[in-house]
Amino acid sequence: MSQQEIEVILSRHLAEYLAMPIFIVNPDGDLIFYNEPAEAILGTRYSETGAMPAREWATTFHPVDQEGKPIPPEDLPLVIAITKRHPAHKIFWIRGKDGAMREIEVTAVPLIGQADRFLGGIAIFWERPRE
Amino acid sequence: MKVTFWGTRGSLASPSPETVRYGGNTSCISVEGSEGTVIVLDAGTGIRYLGQSLPADLKRVDILLTHLHMDHIQGLPFFLPLRRQGVEIHIWGPASTTLSLNARLQKYLSPPLFPVSVRELSADLHFHELPGHLIEIGEFSIHAQLIIHPNPTIGFRLQCEHAAVTYLPDHEPALSGWTFPHDKEWISGYALAEGSDMLIHDTQYTEAEYQTRIGFGHSSFQHAFQFAKLTDVKHFVPFHHDPTHSDDELDRMFKETVTELNPTYEVTPSREGLSLEVEC
Repeated sequence: MSQQEIEVILSRHLAEYLAMPIFIVNPDGDLIFYNEPAEAILGTRYSETGAMPAREWATTFHPVDQEGKPIPPEDLPLVIAITKRHPAHKIFWIRGKDGAMREIEVTAVPLIGQADRFLGGIAIFWERPRE
Repeated sequence: MKVTFWGTRGSLASPSPETVRYGGNTSCISVEGSEGTVIVLDAGTGIRYLGQSLPADLKRVDILLTHLHMDHIQGLPFFLPLRRQGVEIHIWGPASTTLSLNARLQKYLSPPLFPVSVRELSADLHFHELPGHLIEIGEFSIHAQLIIHPNPTIGFRLQCEHAAVTYLPDHEPALSGWTFPHDKEWISGYALAEGSDMLIHDTQYTEAEYQTRIGFGHSSFQHAFQFAKLTDVKHFVPFHHDPTHSDDELDRMFKETVTELNPTYEVTPSREGLSLEVEC
């Protein structure tokens, strides 16, 4: 059986202890973990969805910009972080699995391990206060 | 392959009348293959004895360093083959983003910490940084993977034709969180140890000690035995004994743990001078 890389295991461990919503993907962009605060925003639980292919998570939450225009997967911060391997930041709206629309602010970074191993990416996001 | 234990103690060399049976030297193991390949696992103070026992005409030795904490490198300059011309010595260890392996070892092997520097050693030295691709040394294929321990630390799985020995001397898989010991995909060291014929693993703490040392990078007896069960190993060799644990205490702790957990795999606590054969 394959095992996650140690930096990814430690990232998940850290995410489980932090109160900020965190999303972790592998080098292919597949979602491999999100923590409890992220569950609250996404409106679903990791234990229910499990891992999710990139094409699924990039569309399943229906990301749209401030004008309500759909954001293509390649313009999402986490996709940018793993494809271009640099940090990315964006404010947009998603529809959670619970049906609620939420405005979120996302910062994503590629995850680079020891010996320059590319291990995927991490997104930290906040729900923006409603005005 | 023949696996010989030259140092089994963790953290600090601990010679005393209370540690003569398990030994007071720090981590060092030799693995000898059927075709004569000699691999050394860590260079704790036990490596001095190993160096004296190797034949003078040995042409190549590979030293695999799990990490650069002192109890794993302190014996290195006392390894006799390093002072012999014509001996090829390959040192493998964890990579760093800032300094080469050679440069980091020189922090110890240079004044004022040590009077002899790396460049004064006579052997033909080669440094290799890990993790990388699969390593092939003689009749062994070696997998090197990072494991949970403070500062980048490598675990090794040495594979001969039909058997595997896994070496995780400093390892805290329980720090994987609530996934331990259930969710194999998320447990440090799992892929290295899975189905090994022999697992040499950290058993530094009692349960009570572990509770005050979470995050130090070591395992309790219970966690190590659980890890051995989870990874379905055939033979478990507890290692890296805490310097404060006397021979009598270790005897008692192993006996109690085996009685309580009733493992289905063979258990042989490591001690200095122990040699074990693994059929390749």
